[in-house]
Amino acid sequence: MITINKLAKGSLAVAMGLAFSVSALAADITGAGSTFAYAIYTKWAEGYQAKAGSKVNYQGIGSSGGVKQIKAKTVDFAGSDAPLSEKDLDEAHLVQFPTVMGGVTIVMNVPGIESGKLKLDGVTAADIFRGAITKWNAPAIAKLNPGVKLPNLAITIANRSDGSGTTYAFSNYLAKQSPAFMREVGAGNTVNWPANSVGGKGNPGVAANVEKIKGTIGYVDFSDAVKNHMKFVMLKNHAGNFIMPSQKSVADAAAGANFKVRGMAPDLLDQSAKNAWPITTATFVLAYEKGADAAKQKAVVDFFTWSLNNGQKEAAELGYVALPPSVVKMVEAEMKNIK
Amino acid sequence: MSEPSASSEIDLHARQVRRFRLQDMFFHHSTKVFAFVVLAALVGILVSLAIEAWPSLKTFGPAFLWTDVWSVPDDRFGALAAIYGTVTTSILALLIAVPISFGIALFLTETCPVWLRRPLGTAIELLAGIPSIVYGIWGLFVFAPLFAEHIQPPLQELLGDVPLVGGWFAGPPIGVGILAASIVLSLMIIPFIASVMRDVFETVPHVLKESAYGVGCTTWEVTRHIVLPFTRVGVIGGIMLGLGRALGETMAVTFVIGNANRINGSLFAPGTSIASTLANEFGEADPGLHISSLFALGLVLFVITFIVLAISRWLISRSMGSEGL
Repeated sequence: MITINKLAKGSLAVAMGLAFSVSALAADITGAGSTFAYAIYTKWAEGYQAKAGSKVNYQGIGSSGGVKQIKAKTVDFAGSDAPLSEKDLDEAHLVQFPTVMGGVTIVMNVPGIESGKLKLDGVTAADIFRGAITKWNAPAIAKLNPGVKLPNLAITIANRSDGSGTTYAFSNYLAKQSPAFMREVGAGNTVNWPANSVGGKGNPGVAANVEKIKGTIGYVDFSDAVKNHMKFVMLKNHAGNFIMPSQKSVADAAAGANFKVRGMAPDLLDQSAKNAWPITTATFVLAYEKGADAAKQKAVVDFFTWSLNNGQKEAAELGYVALPPSVVKMVEAEMKNIK
Repeated sequence: MSEPSASSEIDLHARQVRRFRLQDMFFHHSTKVFAFVVLAALVGILVSLAIEAWPSLKTFGPAFLWTDVWSVPDDRFGALAAIYGTVTTSILALLIAVPISFGIALFLTETCPVWLRRPLGTAIELLAGIPSIVYGIWGLFVFAPLFAEHIQPPLQELLGDVPLVGGWFAGPPIGVGILAASIVLSLMIIPFIASVMRDVFETVPHVLKESAYGVGCTTWEVTRHIVLPFTRVGVIGGIMLGLGRALGETMAVTFVIGNANRINGSLFAPGTSIASTLANEFGEADPGLHISSLFALGLVLFVITFIVLAISRWLISRSMGSEGL
């Protein structure tokens, strides 16, 4: 009797153990949204699965698609390059936090001018990108670049033809610099580029146009610019210094920003730190304050806690810029609101 | 003794007939369902497009069709630039592809050595199997730079100062643009048009051709007066098939058309097509008027394709009437 009882208890314990491990394994989570963040989230998902055993399935369907999905409650978290406002977060009962940062760089293809040898300030860049300056040897460009031999060549603008967070950040930066740019081109995921522009699909499309067409100036993510060995333009920042885009200058921009706001989305554009890269952005994660499935909610927190603490090297390798350690601490505190 | 067995035989027979009739009926109805599913899908797509496009159509009215403003930041949309790009690239592609396809088909059926016919024919059909994204990548990375370097400048020099035509070749030679898209499109539709043309040319009875050759006709005369009149329907069908493909082609065009939402008189300038606008903007479209206008563009493409199809049916039925076939 005793042995049978023991056996029964034992098997019950085994069964319960099995049940637990199954439920732990079953907390696979699904996310969708930002294509910018796709590469790093899938990389982190690989590492997290190897360590924790549960799967993270992320689909890069676009930021606005991701926001739509999380509001429709079809995913466990969403990625978005454009942060939601406080009001939107409150209405949809969502928690928002940044994961990695990136920089939008200005790249060019001007015969005879090497990477980093051309300097622009915000207003001149805005004038070029709204089609008011159409020649490379225009006086406004020459004034910023004494000693550089500027060719008498027409400027062609290479822009993103698909709606994108890159365009969102870039146009918002230029619109801040120049009211004329805001009026004529606008700011958003898709804007009205002037007549001397040519659109390419995705960062690779823009990179190809810049590489192939003489006299082009365009904007691409820092990571794509590095991958394609593109020629950078130095940009004057808020403090008045001409800055080369780099992991460090992007990180400097974030270090000076105040993340202690609801939604953790301070404006990273045109930060005042001495060496800050002016067009710095972050990509954000949206999750439910109160989810229907506690295991999945916990998995979302586990995944990003693990990733932010262990995945910064991968992020840098892929051309993203890691959050400063102080911001990671704040994100961890913010994730306590995901229940 | 024999009676019951006879009646059971009749029973058996009747049962078998009934079973056959049931099978026939089942067959008839199931095939009918299949056919109607297609029709229902078509109507369903049309209706859902119309529903999604409604906010945009209500806001802009019929002017949506002839407004060339496509401005996402201030929510004003018009389809003209996209319609212009779609129609221009498709027609230019046809202008390039039809004569070439005609030559290919003629060579394959009339003058090609027999041993070369099969490999050459297969090669052309294989061209049709290349995914359009491959044409797009090739167009952007290989063709457009060559085009900008070696074809656009001489074209500009040759025709740039000619009145009327000159404006078509104005602007900086940047490779990508309406003309580059048209040329890539023409490459994509040549295999379709050529293989249909070849197939219909082969249906011309040898007796007809031999008699024409017999009375001393040249190859061109035989083609002009025997082959073409005999195959007019099929040739028109092939061209329309090519046009249909050109109108809806998305990825290859997106890569090489330059994606600029405006109408420029120059064929060297970047433009946009309906399909490429959809491919570009759907992913991150703002909810509201933007996404609704994209659906409206889809509806416009649907209608254009429908009109092309209707015209081709009409042409075919008309030429069939005049041929007395």
